[in-house]
Amino acid sequence: MASIEQIGTAPPSPPAKIFIRRHSALTRITHWINVLCLTLLLMSGMQIFNADPQLHWGNYGAVEDPSWFEIASNQDGDNIIGIVRIGRLSMTTTGILGASTADGEMMPRAFPAWATIPSYQDLAAGRRWHFFFAWLFVINGLVYMAYGLIGGHFRRDLAPTARDIAPGNIWHEIKDHARLRFPKGEKARRYNALQKLTYLIVIFILLPLMIGSGLTMSPAIDAGYPFLLDIFGGRQSARSIHFITAWSLVAFVVVHIAMVILSGLWNNIRSMVTGRYAIINEEADR
Amino acid sequence: MSSIFTRRRFLIGSAASLGAVGLTGCDDISQNQHVQQVLALAERLTMGTQRLIVSPQTLAREYTDADISPSFHPNGSIQPNSAEYIQMAETQFADWRLKIDGMVNRPMEFSLADLKKLPSRTQITRHDCVEGWSAIGKWQGVPLGLILQTAGLKPGARYAVFYCADELEQTLDGSGRYYESIDLIDAFHPQTILAYSLNGKDLEVEHGAPLRLRVERHLGYKHAKYVMRIEIRDRFDDLWGGNGGFWEDRGYEWYAGI
Repeated sequence: MASIEQIGTAPPSPPAKIFIRRHSALTRITHWINVLCLTLLLMSGMQIFNADPQLHWGNYGAVEDPSWFEIASNQDGDNIIGIVRIGRLSMTTTGILGASTADGEMMPRAFPAWATIPSYQDLAAGRRWHFFFAWLFVINGLVYMAYGLIGGHFRRDLAPTARDIAPGNIWHEIKDHARLRFPKGEKARRYNALQKLTYLIVIFILLPLMIGSGLTMSPAIDAGYPFLLDIFGGRQSARSIHFITAWSLVAFVVVHIAMVILSGLWNNIRSMVTGRYAIINEEADR
Repeated sequence: MSSIFTRRRFLIGSAASLGAVGLTGCDDISQNQHVQQVLALAERLTMGTQRLIVSPQTLAREYTDADISPSFHPNGSIQPNSAEYIQMAETQFADWRLKIDGMVNRPMEFSLADLKKLPSRTQITRHDCVEGWSAIGKWQGVPLGLILQTAGLKPGARYAVFYCADELEQTLDGSGRYYESIDLIDAFHPQTILAYSLNGKDLEVEHGAPLRLRVERHLGYKHAKYVMRIEIRDRFDDLWGGNGGFWEDRGYEWYAGI
């Protein structure tokens, strides 16, 4: 009950720190399964790439044909030199790409042993890891998609509002992000426009591109669904797009983790583990 | 290896070993039998799904002459080294015979000239290696289904096993000899042919002369080269490694549709 003293003075201020339920259990579970899948898919994918470390455009492409990208291992006397070539541009990457140490010895190897699964060269094992986690990733993705569409997650949390995508607002958010000023208080209840757009690009463009280009590398799927070859411009183009998209996802993850750290590491991690996200109410400070 | 043992080398060696311990943790998991069995479940799921969503008769895309690779990359064995094979190659395979036996009503033998007289199919298809590269070539050969119909399959027949002339790994028990197997769905697929010609010329030795299997919709290692004998069987788990092929015995999937 309000006491006499409070009446007529300032309205009761909201608590300084409140907890909201930011992520549903399904979002949290599918998020962490995704972390596991994408990590193992990347590591086994690099193992698979090492079996033929060059990329082509078009329907065909083998070692005799021109490649637009290559991680080469060149012998120079007793030394092995690692070289990454993109088109005509090349740079020496000995120690990491093209030549790296395994068991204390410099070896010709596109991606280094510490980045691949298994660490030693074994295409068959790499493929087994890759396809197992590809299936888990697809099933996990379907569950998330069903929840997003039927459960309203996409409409409620990810669909940008007209105000979100107004150029002025986006420019404003870019400036704020660049200055590491993140939304506080009531505004932090929802994803900001840059977050929404980034997540939408990942969910509806990059991840489907990954699956589509991966399936296009399957000779059996190509027989049943030849339009995939037309969409991606041939099997070797699909392999190139699979590679580029994979590293686009890595770039996303790097920025994503940086933002998680900069905008409140513990609060963000707690919200993705327990669902609880703390909001600091600025008005309360006045 | 150098015999000089210096402190510097020792330190580098120790650091590398420590690094290897971390990696070995992952590799232990990777080599664990149970882990491998779980991971291999995905192979069955892949095969079941692909067989469900791609009907047995669906053809792989056929390309035009303009799409043919300027050079078709030869891979795996490019020169079988048995005296028997080398001798046959010297006489343009005049003495070579393809044997069809096992669970068939009429075991048969074909010379290269016999095969060339049979109805043939020509197809320009894409060859996809498990390593990642692709090459497009024009193949001509006899549909395997035609040969199997002529020989007549006995009830219970399930697989065609291809025995090859090349030995990819030198072993005492012959397990390094190349072999492959496909089931009857693939054996009777219209594009599954026993090819004797690539790009309008007799198969060269590096491409599997005198005869190789083309089983489109599968990765390259299923396309056995230097085929000498086809045995129709109801199982393949009693052959060498038990997995139905040279590369299958070395960890690769029997169903190579992806």
